Amino acid sequence: MTTITTNSSRSTGTRATRVLGVVAIVLMTWVVVSGLFVTPADAVQLDSVRIMYVHVPSAWIAYLAFITTGIASGISVVRRHRSLGFDRVAGASAEVGVLFMAITLVTGSLWGRLTWGTFWQWDPRLTTTAFLFVTYVGYLAIRRLDATPQQRARRSSILALLAVLEIPLVHFSVVLWRSLHQEASVLNTDGDVRLDGLMLFTLFSGVLAFSAAFAWFVIHRQRVAALDDLRLTSGLDAALVERRAEAVTQ
Amino acid sequence: MRRTAAAVFRKDVLVELRSRALLTRVVPFAVLVLVLFAIALDSEPLVLRAGAGLVWMTTLFSALVVVQRSFEVERRDGALDVLKTLGVDGAALFVGKAAALIVQLLALVVVLLAGAVVLYGVNVEPSALVLLVTTAVLGSCGLGLVGTLYGGLVSGTSSRDTLLPLLLMPVTAPVLIGATRATESAFGGDVTDATTAWAWVGLLAVFCVLFAVAGAMSFGPLLDSDS
Amino acid sequence: MVDVRDAVVAMGGFPALAGATLDVREGDIVVLAGPNGAGKTTLLRLCAGLVTPVRGSAQVFGLDVAEQRDAVRRRVGFLGHANGLYGELTTRENVAFHAALVGASNDEVDAALQRMNLAGRAADVTVARLSAGQRRRCALANIVVRRAGLWLLDEPHAGLDSDARAELDETLLSARRSGATIVLASHDLERLGNLRPRIVRIQSGIVVSDTAAGASTTGVAP
Repeated sequence: MTTITTNSSRSTGTRATRVLGVVAIVLMTWVVVSGLFVTPADAVQLDSVRIMYVHVPSAWIAYLAFITTGIASGISVVRRHRSLGFDRVAGASAEVGVLFMAITLVTGSLWGRLTWGTFWQWDPRLTTTAFLFVTYVGYLAIRRLDATPQQRARRSSILALLAVLEIPLVHFSVVLWRSLHQEASVLNTDGDVRLDGLMLFTLFSGVLAFSAAFAWFVIHRQRVAALDDLRLTSGLDAALVERRAEAVTQ
Repeated sequence: MRRTAAAVFRKDVLVELRSRALLTRVVPFAVLVLVLFAIALDSEPLVLRAGAGLVWMTTLFSALVVVQRSFEVERRDGALDVLKTLGVDGAALFVGKAAALIVQLLALVVVLLAGAVVLYGVNVEPSALVLLVTTAVLGSCGLGLVGTLYGGLVSGTSSRDTLLPLLLMPVTAPVLIGATRATESAFGGDVTDATTAWAWVGLLAVFCVLFAVAGAMSFGPLLDSDS
Repeated sequence: MVDVRDAVVAMGGFPALAGATLDVREGDIVVLAGPNGAGKTTLLRLCAGLVTPVRGSAQVFGLDVAEQRDAVRRRVGFLGHANGLYGELTTRENVAFHAALVGASNDEVDAALQRMNLAGRAADVTVARLSAGQRRRCALANIVVRRAGLWLLDEPHAGLDSDARAELDETLLSARRSGATIVLASHDLERLGNLRPRIVRIQSGIVVSDTAAGASTTGVAP
C-alpha cells in the first residue's frame, strides 16, 4: 500500500507550483506578444505562419505527455513501492496530453487550410498525432472503469506500455506509406518556412512556456488524484468500523 | 506451458467448430460487406483498384466480432474465472487463444480473397501467390495477436463492446496499411511494386513478433486486474 | 492448510471482509454459514487466491495468497456460482480440457467422471443438455481431475432440486473419504446434516462463531 502524504493547506498548490505557474504565465505572455506582433510574417504564408507558435510547441508537448505516461507506467509496473503514485502521474499526464494533442490537430488542420486550402493532409506527423489522440482517448476511457486504484494502475499501465510499442509502429507505417506518394514533400506546412533568429527564439520560448504549463497541470492533476485515492482509503477505514459494529449488534 | 497453450487452442477451436458461428454468421456477414462495398462504390475500375483495401477492412470489422465472441464464450459460464483459479500461465493462455483466433481469421481472409477474385474481377498471377499467402498469414497473425490482447484487456468491463473498436483502431493501422499494400501488389496493381510489397511484409512480421512477445508478457497481469 | 488472520478485503471502498480469521486443517469439512452479503463468497475467493487482502494475511498450503497467487490457485479447486463449463463441448471434453491443463491422463478423466456419476450416457452429451445437478457435478469433476487438495465451493447446492442435492452430498462425502478438504459456503444449513461439518458463522465480514473445539473466534463478545 502506498502512503499518501498531504500538506495541511486546502488546495493542491505549493510554493513550487506557484513559482512554476508564474513562470508559465510570463513565458506564455511573451510568446503571445512576440508571436502575434513582434515576429515578422512569412514571405509566402504571410500571417498564417503565426499558427506555428502554437502548433509546434503543442505537438512537442503531446509527445512529451506520451513519453511521460509511458515512463511513469513502466515504473508503476516494475516497482511495487509507490507504484500507485506513478500511475497517477501517468493518468494526469495523459489527460493533459490529450488536450495538447487536440490542440495540435486543430491548429495543424487550420494551418493546412490557410496555406494549402485543405483541412487535412496525410502527413506523418499529423496522422500519427491523430492515432495518438485516439489511443489516449481509449486509455482514459479504460482508466475510468476500475473500482480500485490497484486494478486501475495495472490495467492502464499495461495499456500505456502497449501504446509505447504501437505508436512508433504506426508512425513508421504512415511514413513509409506517404513516401510512396510524391506529394508528401510538398504538403509539409512547416517545411517551407524560413526561420530567422527572432522566430526561432519565440518558437523555443513557446516550447518552454507550454512545457511549464504542462508540468503545472500535471502536478496539480496528480495531486487531485492522490486526494481522490486517499478519500477512498480513508473511506475504507470508516466503513470497516461501521461493518464490524454491525456484526456485534446482530 | 506448451501443453497449456495446446489445450487452450484445441478447446477454442473445438468450441468454434461446434457452434459454427464463424461459418454461419461471420463469413456471410463479411461476404455481404464485400458485396455492399462494390454496390456503394459503383464503378468497376474503382472497386478493382480498392479490392485489397476492402478485403482487409472487412477482415478487420469481422475480427472485432470474432474476438468478442472468443471472450464471450469464456464469460458465459464464468469459464475465464475458472481458468484464473487454476493458476494457468497467462502467456500460455494468450498463445492458445491467439492461435485459435488466427486460424479463424486466416480462414476468413482466404474466403474474402476468393470473394475479391470472384466479385471484383481481381486476377492473381501464380508468381504473386507466395506474396499473397505470406501476407494473408502475417496479416491474420497481426490481427489475431492484438485482437486477443486487447480483447482480454476489455473483457469483463461494462463497456467492452464500444471500447474494443476504439482501442483496436490505432493498433491495427500498421497491419491494415501493410497488408493492403502487399495484397495490392499481389493483385497486380501498379501502385506498389514487388520490392516495396516485401518491405511491407517485413513490417507485418516485425509487428507480429513484437505483439506476440508483448501479449505473452502482459496477458497474465491483465487478467489479474479483474479481481 | 488454510490460515487466514484478520483479513480485510476491499471491493472498491467497501470492506467485504472486515478482519476475518479462519483456520482449516487437512481433512476438515467446513461450512461457512451466514446471511447474504456476509462475506462468505469473499472469504472463499480469498482462500482460492482470487482476491488479496489489503490488511491482515492469508496463507493456504503454507503459501501466501498475496505473494504466491498462482501457486495457491494451482492447488485449490474453486467452484463459484457459475460452473465454468463450455456449453458446446461434451461433459467428457470439458473434463478432458481441465485434465490437459494439468497433464492428467484419459484414465483420470474416466475416473473423475465415474466418481461424479457422470460416466455412461452423460459423458458424451453436450453440457448444455445436462441438468443443473449434472452440470454442477461436471464442474466438480473438473476439480477432481486437477487433483486439487482443497475444495472451495460457493453454495454448491444452490439451484438444485432435492434429488440433485442428495446426490451432491453423497459426492462430497465420498470426496472427503478420499482425503479432500472441503470448505463450502451456504446460507441454508438444514440440508447439510449428514455431512456433520464444522460450522463457521460469518457476519458482516468477520467470523462470529466456530463449532470446532478449541477454535479461536475473533474475540467479539458473545
